[in-house]
Amino acid sequence: MSEIDYREMWAELGMDLEKHDEFLEPLSDHYEDLFVSQDNRPEGMEYFNEVMQNVHHSRVAELKSEKEAGNPVIASFCVFVPDELVAAAGGSSIGLCAGAQYPVSTGEEVLPRDMCPLIKSTMGFKLDRICPYFEVSDFVVGETTCDGKKKAWEILDEYKPTYVMELPQRKSPESRDLWEKEVRRFKDRIEDEATTEITAESLGSAIETKNEKRRALKELYAARKADPVPISGKDALLITQLAFFDDTERFTQKVSNINSTLENRIEAGEGVAPTDAPRILIAGTPMPLPNWKIHDIVESSGGVVVCEETCTGTRYFEDEVPESGETVSEHIENLADRAMEINCACFTPNEERVDDVLRLAREYEVDGVVYANLEFCLTYDMEYRKIRTALEDKDIPVTQIESNFGESDVEQLKTRIQAFLEMIS
Amino acid sequence: MSMGLPGDLTGAFEKDSASSNKDRTGATRITAGIDVGSRTCKVVLLDENAEILGTSIEKSGIESSETAQEMVTDIVETVGAEKPALDATVATGYGRGNVDFADQNVTEITCHARGLIEQFPEARGLIDIGGQDSKVIKLENGQVIDFAMNDKCAAGTGKFLESMAETLDLQLSEIGPLAKNADEATELSSTCAVFAESEVITQIHQGAPREEIVAGICDSVVDQIMGQVERVGLEPPIAMTGGVARNEGVRRGLEAALDTDLLVPENPQIVGALGAALKAT
Repeated sequence: MSEIDYREMWAELGMDLEKHDEFLEPLSDHYEDLFVSQDNRPEGMEYFNEVMQNVHHSRVAELKSEKEAGNPVIASFCVFVPDELVAAAGGSSIGLCAGAQYPVSTGEEVLPRDMCPLIKSTMGFKLDRICPYFEVSDFVVGETTCDGKKKAWEILDEYKPTYVMELPQRKSPESRDLWEKEVRRFKDRIEDEATTEITAESLGSAIETKNEKRRALKELYAARKADPVPISGKDALLITQLAFFDDTERFTQKVSNINSTLENRIEAGEGVAPTDAPRILIAGTPMPLPNWKIHDIVESSGGVVVCEETCTGTRYFEDEVPESGETVSEHIENLADRAMEINCACFTPNEERVDDVLRLAREYEVDGVVYANLEFCLTYDMEYRKIRTALEDKDIPVTQIESNFGESDVEQLKTRIQAFLEMIS
Repeated sequence: MSMGLPGDLTGAFEKDSASSNKDRTGATRITAGIDVGSRTCKVVLLDENAEILGTSIEKSGIESSETAQEMVTDIVETVGAEKPALDATVATGYGRGNVDFADQNVTEITCHARGLIEQFPEARGLIDIGGQDSKVIKLENGQVIDFAMNDKCAAGTGKFLESMAETLDLQLSEIGPLAKNADEATELSSTCAVFAESEVITQIHQGAPREEIVAGICDSVVDQIMGQVERVGLEPPIAMTGGVARNEGVRRGLEAALDTDLLVPENPQIVGALGAALKAT
């Protein structure tokens, strides 16, 4: 591939180059400080460094040529969106940037201040025109996981075509049927955009490809059950975050490479943290790129994050889509089934999430749980009560952290998290 | 520094000037605990038997690490230590990360609990209200088993009292005694100091007696703290530390709300530093 002039590419995409520079420049140093400087990182992380250091570069160029070739590029935010359908139509799906503080104030120009930072960040990325993924996509897929999101889509639609899937809020057969209809409607919408029709074969193969990615991530997480843990929580989080962006097959291959390294490390008893470092499960809301705040605080205070029960963690990959379908319709039924297994706090009741947290705490042999939810995320904030009680019944220490993407509360959070680690050591 | 600091949290500030507790020429090992709080810096020096050799409190200032270093030097000199070098130093408090000469930093939660247990081994709960944070700690057999801290802002802390005192043209030290004399308390619905200030001004203009406004301010702090107490679930005996423990209005309010007398150490401000010094032993 000949040398690409990325600035020209960004300009062609209609981005605000000045603001984009201002946003992107500090990110590289921040990444160096947090990630590259870590001791004893597993071999194979170089690829993810490369992806992260060029986060708005080569992958965007790939997507741009896909789009020029007539293949759809579809942006989404949520683990519920069945991206298998996009892949089956020869398209690419990407998870959007939503974890930076920089665009939040711009988001607040059209959104209430007292709302989820993820939504404000997303909106700001679009209004500021600093996210090439937003610009390169044909349309955005939103879902009705919370009040904030569902009303935000109406506003976002003024700036970028936004298609909304109605995610039901109960795990009943009626809800599942509604979701199946929504998946079918989504298929039609993609086919409108694509030049390729979705066939039983293409959808079956897309399901397999996405499942392989899920299995690679499961294997990565399984390695984190080892003591000493062979990979830092920050690195594992980064990999899961990049799962939303990268080319599926290439990503799966790179994660498999890491997994082999980790296997060797486990055999050799090699880890990134001493065996007496408190092992932490993080449960709660997603941590979209480039939000590494809580992991960084835990790991710079002497703890190690061994698992994330979040949408940028187990909720992303734990449930596979059954590969038994033979027709497009059967595949769609299977896709619909998967959603009902994801225990997001948008559902009521959602007892299965309590079970998930208890199970993960046990499987990963954690010393404590940090329940981290974004500010103003009512559903996750309110579920803390149940989860806390369940954990306390099992004598598993837990603490709740409510935060945003900004730096203003870092010192207070350091004290609370360090004190929690001291308490459980 | 020997005078009360303007804007000091307690209003009852006095340098606890390194009163030597015993003939310390025999000390073979000296450890220091430094608690760099948001408003004041506290230092405690211990000998090898965990006896207090001296204590000191000063305003943290901008260069808190330098302040701490000077305090340690001064105090070592004042207690007449033959052994000028410290054997171990633990820093705690908000500025613990900046004390570059400390051997270790430990959070104020752990240090407060440790310092308290030294003084009140029977305590099962601790309420600490400092300059810009408050914490509620639950203890079991001297160990921290749960805690809560105020979130991002300084509502319900010394800083809140300080700014309310200023609005009322009072010294911070006058708040406690005035509140005690009130028959009733006005109600303050805002916990944010900025909003509460306009509420207080409104009350002044409506002619509410100053005692009642002051009592209302103390009650507001009590309400804030009780929220944390309920989250953690404290059982007596409960102790109170931090500069605000010197404020009678808040202390009595908490005692009424908790329906128990609070254990208050003789010097409630140095508990964290004492815990840090013990951690260094």
